[in-house]
Amino acid sequence: MTFFDVKNLTVKFGGLTAVDNVSFGINEGEVFTIIGPNGAGKTTLFNLISRLYTPSAGQIIFRDEDVTRLSAQQIAGRGIARTFQNIELFESASTLQNLLVGRHRHSTTRAWQDILRTKKVREEEVAHRRAAEEVMDVLRLQRYRDTTIGNLPYGVRKVIEVARALCVGPTLLLLDEPSSGLNVDETNAMAEWILEINRRLRVTVLMVEHDMSLVSRVSDRVLALNYGKMMALGTAAEVQGHPDVIAAYLGA
Amino acid sequence: MAHHVRTDYGDSDPLFPSKAAVFWYAVLIAGLIAAPYLLESYYLSQLVFIMIYAIVGVALNILSGQAGQVSIGHAAFLAIGAYFTAVAQKHGLPLVLYLPLAGVFTGIAGYLVGLPALRLHGIYLAIATLAFAFIVEEIIARWESVTNGNEGLMLPPPSLFGLKLGTEGFYYLCLLVTVLVVLAAINIIRSSTGRSFMAIRNSETAARSMGIDTARYKTTAFALSAGITGIAGSLYAHKMSFISPEMFSLSVSIDFVMIIIIGGLVSLRGAVFGAIFMIMADPLLIILKDKLPLWADVVTHGLYLPDTVTQAVQAGVSRVVNAPGLKSLIFGIIIIVFIIYEPLGLDGRWQRVKAYSKQFPLARQRSARPPRMFLKSERR
Repeated sequence: MTFFDVKNLTVKFGGLTAVDNVSFGINEGEVFTIIGPNGAGKTTLFNLISRLYTPSAGQIIFRDEDVTRLSAQQIAGRGIARTFQNIELFESASTLQNLLVGRHRHSTTRAWQDILRTKKVREEEVAHRRAAEEVMDVLRLQRYRDTTIGNLPYGVRKVIEVARALCVGPTLLLLDEPSSGLNVDETNAMAEWILEINRRLRVTVLMVEHDMSLVSRVSDRVLALNYGKMMALGTAAEVQGHPDVIAAYLGA
Repeated sequence: MAHHVRTDYGDSDPLFPSKAAVFWYAVLIAGLIAAPYLLESYYLSQLVFIMIYAIVGVALNILSGQAGQVSIGHAAFLAIGAYFTAVAQKHGLPLVLYLPLAGVFTGIAGYLVGLPALRLHGIYLAIATLAFAFIVEEIIARWESVTNGNEGLMLPPPSLFGLKLGTEGFYYLCLLVTVLVVLAAINIIRSSTGRSFMAIRNSETAARSMGIDTARYKTTAFALSAGITGIAGSLYAHKMSFISPEMFSLSVSIDFVMIIIIGGLVSLRGAVFGAIFMIMADPLLIILKDKLPLWADVVTHGLYLPDTVTQAVQAGVSRVVNAPGLKSLIFGIIIIVFIIYEPLGLDGRWQRVKAYSKQFPLARQRSARPPRMFLKSERR
């Protein structure tokens, strides 16, 4: 079974080819990282996978299913959850509410049932709550449970966004620059959590990251992009030592 | 600060936050049940208007406060509910049937209006709903075979199970409907549907990435909001016992938006506060209009001012209080003041007063001030 495959993925914005014929596969259970200089097309690639953008050409296969033409909400329904580089939390709501939104794909009640608050709704609410609490347990977020996101510091929000994505119950988790804006301590904690999510919760992780120490610490394989094209694919050490990658970063 | 201690997952969003709340809501309901025996008929009638406006406020809270979609065309939904009621009653449908059906019928209209809303945001959506309101007003004025055009329709008094509802009976009907609508709205807000509305209001991109079908929930919000307004329209038609197109003009839609701006967009309580304000502002202004010249008289006489000055002041005061459009001016000023100084509305003020009394000797003004946000939300 193919777990996740990107085949010849291309997207053009006008004359700019932001992602150019990119192909790679992710094995179930690994941490796969995409690196590259600014403007390399990493986030665009993420947006293509989570279907916020529509590819001009190519295919995305997830668990033997072609998901290239699905809508963003269907992608989440298949078990692909994501975080955003600049944090897209629901700022007016509490941490708990945010996590409960993550549980959306597990709720089966319709609006009229919600209005009447039937037994089924009450049971599902308890199940959602339990799942959210379990995620908060793993990421140590209990103390922020009822705090409005707008009142929380950036570092905590970053973790909450990961927690919300986990509430989706993903088999593939997309993390867009999980360490951006975090200090050294917070980055270390984030690395631990990524490993814990990967090992303990058995979630496959695809991430975009700049911090090379974090990348080499958690990644099984690394893909380097530049100007939307693939430069190198291999272990962190292999990619870091690749002459094209060094040239792209240092400018040779 | 006191914190709630929760003991199980089932009570994460209880209907009543505390035992004290249960008590006070019981007192409120008891007071409202006793109201017909305590209040004179004028105030009872105002109370009915407050409840109708509160229902509309709840409807707008779901659409704007929860789902973040603007509408300045809600008078149209009120009109649809009202005319549906008039026509249904004429054809002999019983109240138990046409009251909910008015909600369903208007809800379907709201769903249809919600469809273009999928492609529109902010001010463009506001304009679209405004256009819809004009279209509905025009249709009602022209479709004479059903609506009797500009001459309007008379409604016989409502009857429930063959019993004619008098003033008191109708009051209790409104009370019952209001309570049910508020309960329904609370249930929606604390459910998966309500959280999806909240998600759409905050960030559509994130909502979609969480698997929320934004199109479906936006139309749901429109349908629900319109349906609730339709029910309010049904009650409104009976309250007025005569309906005509000009009763559902733009200014009524603006009144409805004012309900939630003055009351506060965040909570349902705000919708009720806003409704009380909008309805009671009128009689208060009338009282003021009567009393102001008297007060001016007392003041000028008290200061032993020369007669010419007294006369000039009296003439000035009476000119001001009798000026046409004074009410609009005052309302306009109030709205501006609210937007600048109390963006959370009367409900925000209420929350602060409550917090102050809870923390009494330790309360500081600064602790009640909402924190400033310098992140993304600020930039929007």
